[in-house]
Parts: sequence; structure tokens; C-alpha cells
Amino acid sequence: MTTPTATSPIAHTGSLPALVAGDVVLDELVAARGPWSAVVTAGDVLTIVDLEGNQAVDCLLYAAADTRVRYSAAETIRRQRSIVLTTGSVLRADTGEALMTVVADEVGVHDTIGGACSQESNTLRYGEHTREQHACVENFLLEGARWGLGKRDLVSNINWFMNVPVDPDGALGIVDGLSAPGKRVALRADVDTLVLVSNCPQVNNPCNGFNPTPVRMVVARASEDAR
Amino acid sequence: MTTTATTGTATTAGARAHARAQHGRVVPTMRHVPAGTAPSLPDDVPADAVTWAETVAFGRYTSMALARGTRLRLVDTAGDACVSLLLNRAEAPHERLNTADTVKVPWQAYLGAGHPLLTDAGRLLATVVADTSGRHDALTGTTTLAGNTERYGAGAAHSASPAGRELLLLGALKHGLGPRDVPPTVSFFKGVRVDGDGRLVSTGSVGPGAYVDLLLQVDALVVLANTAHPLDDRERFIGTAVDVVAWRAPDDLTALAAEALVGELGPEHRRALENTEHDLTARSTR
Repeated sequence: MTTPTATSPIAHTGSLPALVAGDVVLDELVAARGPWSAVVTAGDVLTIVDLEGNQAVDCLLYAAADTRVRYSAAETIRRQRSIVLTTGSVLRADTGEALMTVVADEVGVHDTIGGACSQESNTLRYGEHTREQHACVENFLLEGARWGLGKRDLVSNINWFMNVPVDPDGALGIVDGLSAPGKRVALRADVDTLVLVSNCPQVNNPCNGFNPTPVRMVVARASEDAR
Repeated sequence: MTTTATTGTATTAGARAHARAQHGRVVPTMRHVPAGTAPSLPDDVPADAVTWAETVAFGRYTSMALARGTRLRLVDTAGDACVSLLLNRAEAPHERLNTADTVKVPWQAYLGAGHPLLTDAGRLLATVVADTSGRHDALTGTTTLAGNTERYGAGAAHSASPAGRELLLLGALKHGLGPRDVPPTVSFFKGVRVDGDGRLVSTGSVGPGAYVDLLLQVDALVVLANTAHPLDDRERFIGTAVDVVAWRAPDDLTALAAEALVGELGPEHRRALENTEHDLTARSTR
């Protein structure tokens, strides 16, 4: 596997934007502010395309066979001893099990310590007047409910394309993103994985450049002759 | 089955006497009931207000339901404890400590005096109101069965090297909760810092005698596990007991709100406190 850079040719099938070559088995647009979910079969690669740039994509992972086995930000960063998600990062469950692996990344930095925005936390961060605004937890709850998940199943998540530095004194915050229109990150499923996404609706901080935009989800399966 | 005259527990009366003769024993790590019977309490803790006094062995866990206005102190007496905390709202356990919001909302990754512990509902579970350690971790959670099995050869709750998550799960199960109720947690007395490249650096313990005090803003289920930190790089599973003491401190709630306990509250902390008081007022019959 090679890691594409911003200038290298990207392998894909026809005009489809999968970051890793294969037969496309799913290609869907996620509306700005909307939820999305799918089970990605073990071995398949999910490419997330930041179509217009700097769009935070909040993401939770669950083993499809047993959703009690779910993504753990803590275990993931503990095992790799870094808060930065990029190529090579193994996205682990709180059992230690690998759920997915980042196999290609055109940005280089993604967050997993900042969590998801909620109506409730927005009141702390921006004021009570923001309570009625759409937020990621709304998406996670509604989309998760379609799979039998509830509030107890929501934990610290991944934020693709979001930039959260930690200063030497511990100050951390969501700052301007490093992504750009068309940039992609690709995740290979290590087990059949339910991917739950909120295309972040936040308008009070730079995680979406103050302007939520659509993203594209492409799942590719290695073709027989490529194996 | 043959019984012999030399076995004191061959009869119900003998077995009962044998069992009861064990009552009242004091061992180095145990809960003291009533709490006021603890052999020693910190000097600044009012003995008549103590509701929980326990020494938790390294590799063990404990849990209690505590009332709003309780001050909970964890003391790393021997200097090598690491305490992971699961904190849920008592009447609504699905409202629980959210580690991401706990670092993101106050714009601060490192726990210390004055740091709010936030729920996933924009409310305040507790505030760190004293801290002589400064070595804590809200990023890497606790150890896992798989991780400890790889590191030490075992990780089950009753093995020689129990994983934090297995212990916290047991504590959760005893409150009718389950695996879905064990999210990433915070841990005390073993520090982690993030360097300029995002790498995690373990800073270990500050030494014996450090303590941290939490003031509970709501009635809460507290589950504590004392086990190795996930970034502990020592080959063997080693650590020391932690002393736990809790006492009623309703005046501290007033002092916290008046900014006379940990000084000025950050604006997000203040909002979380207001959201919590608003919720409690709405629930109250008075």
C-alpha cells in the first residue's frame, strides 16, 4: 500500500473517488447537517470525501456482530500513543479489538478527543440561545436508533477533517481545519463494522468553516484481480 | 461424609461460631462501616460528617451512591495508585461523565483544581475542588482485558492483573448497568501530557500523599477502580492502595457558586452549574 499525497495520482475506479482501488459497492452523498450509517464488510474500504473542504465528519464505530463492542477513543490513542489519527491508525474498540484501520489520508490530522457537539453542550460553549440549533448528538441518536442503539451507546467519537491541537499548558480547542475541497480519508474494515456518522451541523466554531457542507461516502471492495 | 471431632465447622453451630468469630477484624484494605469507625481520617475532615471511608487495594474496585454536596477525597497515600472513575447521575444513570466534553468545553485537557466534570447533558456532575497531585489523565481511559492480557498475561477482574475496564464493568453491573454504560473514564494520580506532535507522554506519579477532592453537584453513582495506568511501562503489574473518604459538605456547594472555593469559575463551568441548578429546581417539589 502506498500513501497518496496531495500531488500523487490517486487510484480509483473510473471517475469515482475511492481512495483505494476496488469495485464500488456503495456511493452515497451525505447532506450537509445530515446523518449517515452503513455496515462496512470486513476487508472493504470506506473513503470519506470532504467535498467542499473543512467539513467535520463525526463518526462512531460498532462491531456489527455485537454493538456493545464499540469504538474507544481512549484505547485507540493509548495504543498508538498519539492523539492524531492518520494513515496507520488502528481504530480500536474498548475491548482492544481493531474495528477499522486508516489506510490512506490526504489531510494528515484528524481528531478523536473533541467529541461531538450537542444541543446541551452548546449551551455551555456558546450560550443558551444555541440550544435549539441542530447538533451531532441529534444525528447520532436518530440514526443510531435505526440500528437499536440509544444514548448509552454514544461515546467519545472520531472527528474526521477536524483539527484540535493541545497547547503545552493543556489548552485545547477546535481551530481552523487543515482539509481542503476534495480531500479524502480511507478506512479499511477489520471486522464487519457499523459506521455511524453525523455530518456536523455546528455553526458556532471553525470545525465546518462556519458553513456545513455535504460529504461523500464510497465503499470499495478489492476486485478479484487486485487481490 | 465422615466428620471428625477436631473440625470446628462440622456442625451448623460450629460453622456459625466460626463465621461470627471473624466479625470485627480490621485488615489493611477494607471499607469501614460505619464510616466514622475508620482508624484514621484526614485532619481536615469532620468526623461526624463522614459517609464513606475505605482503603481500596491495588487491583480492586469499589462503588457507592453519594448525595449532592458530598466531598469525595482520594488519597494516594503510598504514591503508586491510579484511580479510574466512572460517574453517573444516580436517578438517571444514562446521564454520565463525558470525558470529551470535560476537556473540550472548558478548553483544558489537563485536570486540576477548578476543573468541571461534565455530563453528556451539559450539566455539572462534580468539580475538582482540591488537587495536590496535578498528575491526572482524561485522555487514555483505563486498561482493557486484551491490553492487560498482552502486557501482563491476564486482565480478568479476579486475575492477578485486573484491567480497569473489567473492574469498572463489575461496579456498573452492581448498579444494574452493563457494558454499554462503561464509556471512556478519567483517572487520577498518573499523569499524561500531549507533546507538540500530539504524542502522549506519561508523567507518572507525583509521589506519596497526594490527594484530589471532588465536590458532587448531583446525587451520583461512583465507581472507582484502582489499577495500573494504561501507559504504565513497567514490566510487572505493581501499584499501591488508595484511601477513599467522603463527607457531607453542603456549604461547599454554596462556596463553589460564590467563587469562594476554587476561585472564579470559567464561563462554561458557570453555565454547567446553572444548567444543573435549573434542572434540580425544576425537579424539586419545594
